[in-house]
Amino acid sequence: MRPFDYHRSENAGDAVKAAAGDGALFIAGGTNLLDLMKLDLMTPSRLVDINRIGLNDVTQTEEGGLSIGALVTNSDCAADARIRKDYEVLSRAILAGASGQLRNKATTGGNLCQRTRCYYFYDPDMACNKRKPGSGCSAIGGANRIHAILGASDECIATYPGDMAVAMSALDAEVVIEGEGGETRTIPVRDFHRLPGDRPDQDNILEPGELITHVTLPAPAKGRHIYRKVRDRASYAFALVSVAAIVEMDAGRIASASLAFGGLAHKPWHDPAIEDLLTGEAPSEALFDKAADILLADAKGQGQNDFKIPLARRTLKAVLREATGERS
Amino acid sequence: MKDTTLRINGEERKLSADTRTTLLDALRNHLGLTGSKKGCDHGQCGACTVMVNGRRINSCLTLACMHDGDEITTVEGLGQPGNLSPLQAAFVKHDGFQCGYCTPGQICSATAMLQEVKDNWPSNVSESLTGEAELTPEEISERMSGNLCRCAAYPNIVNAIREAAEASS
Repeated sequence: MRPFDYHRSENAGDAVKAAAGDGALFIAGGTNLLDLMKLDLMTPSRLVDINRIGLNDVTQTEEGGLSIGALVTNSDCAADARIRKDYEVLSRAILAGASGQLRNKATTGGNLCQRTRCYYFYDPDMACNKRKPGSGCSAIGGANRIHAILGASDECIATYPGDMAVAMSALDAEVVIEGEGGETRTIPVRDFHRLPGDRPDQDNILEPGELITHVTLPAPAKGRHIYRKVRDRASYAFALVSVAAIVEMDAGRIASASLAFGGLAHKPWHDPAIEDLLTGEAPSEALFDKAADILLADAKGQGQNDFKIPLARRTLKAVLREATGERS
Repeated sequence: MKDTTLRINGEERKLSADTRTTLLDALRNHLGLTGSKKGCDHGQCGACTVMVNGRRINSCLTLACMHDGDEITTVEGLGQPGNLSPLQAAFVKHDGFQCGYCTPGQICSATAMLQEVKDNWPSNVSESLTGEAELTPEEISERMSGNLCRCAAYPNIVNAIREAAEASS
């Protein structure tokens, strides 16, 4: 690990000031950042420790939703009684990820910023445009079983690895961000992560020194909440494909549907055309196939990950069957 | 260098170390507490699991200087030869190990995990998120998935945890 200057902040204002300037990064749980720093894949010259700045509460909003502080741990978020009851998809997604130890450390803000698990991003001897812009992409034509089938570019086919953000995308949550001067801006989670394009080094829209302070959930969405994750092991593994779904039925028809997908792209994937198709319709295999057709219209396999295209179709259909079926 | 004060197993310990020092390295190399083990050093194996302020974490993935004033519990703080914690005794009884390298992490993890169940935290395999947490073998396996055992003593580990949980309830 490279040497760095360590600064502990007691409040958000101090933190954004301390992080101004090149080479500074915030550290919260640190479970991803320290992992990457040990491999010299991230080399901050300064760490600003934000663990004691507050922002570790889940509070009610005036709009009837919840505001989750950036420092709320994954464990606390998943175990929050309000989230378990009204935002089940979020609890389920968090509990489907990582391990008990990691969830105790990992935070809401940090989890949004976690980096890809592309094998080549982690291997400093291999070309990777995300790690070293302009060096090339070893995953294209390489070992790419876990890689993207949607929204990839010629520069990068990495996926966003998380689960929490996929549920937040289905919930249409918003990210509140504070800048160096104390000004804040609010961005839909759906727009927080980027597609790789020609700048795969940029995972999300955060500017250097900007701090996530909260994630805001809208008022609870009615209907069934489902998070289904398909992976290589039964526990403690990243998603190959995941589907977050909130589906409300009314008199045998789909009254509303909100869907987001993990493991498929450089960001949690959200396609409003699928929701438009489903809304107002009676559930059927033909309808679910049409939904999958929309999702996968532009899907492109890279060889080893070709299986994700039929897997995504089947997972989506299974989730829609469950969401629209009789409750057991 | 950074001065840090930790409360470890009820005792105040002062540390002056490079900011890069992980909590695990501080415990093992600076403070002589070698019960916590270094396996992967990347948060994947769980051998380094300790409790910080009552919660289990991977001590390899956090910096010692971030824990100034925190209460740390290592396996040495849970029990000693002749005075084993209920979980330690259950691991011996059920032969919940072979080589023993992962065991301190398993014991620390399981100790905190049983408290999580008492606090009614759900898991990925919990049928309902609003019901009472139940400690079935499936639940134990899921909740302990952050602790790998290369000898694959898992069935005996699950039995040991189950017995300790039943004894304490």
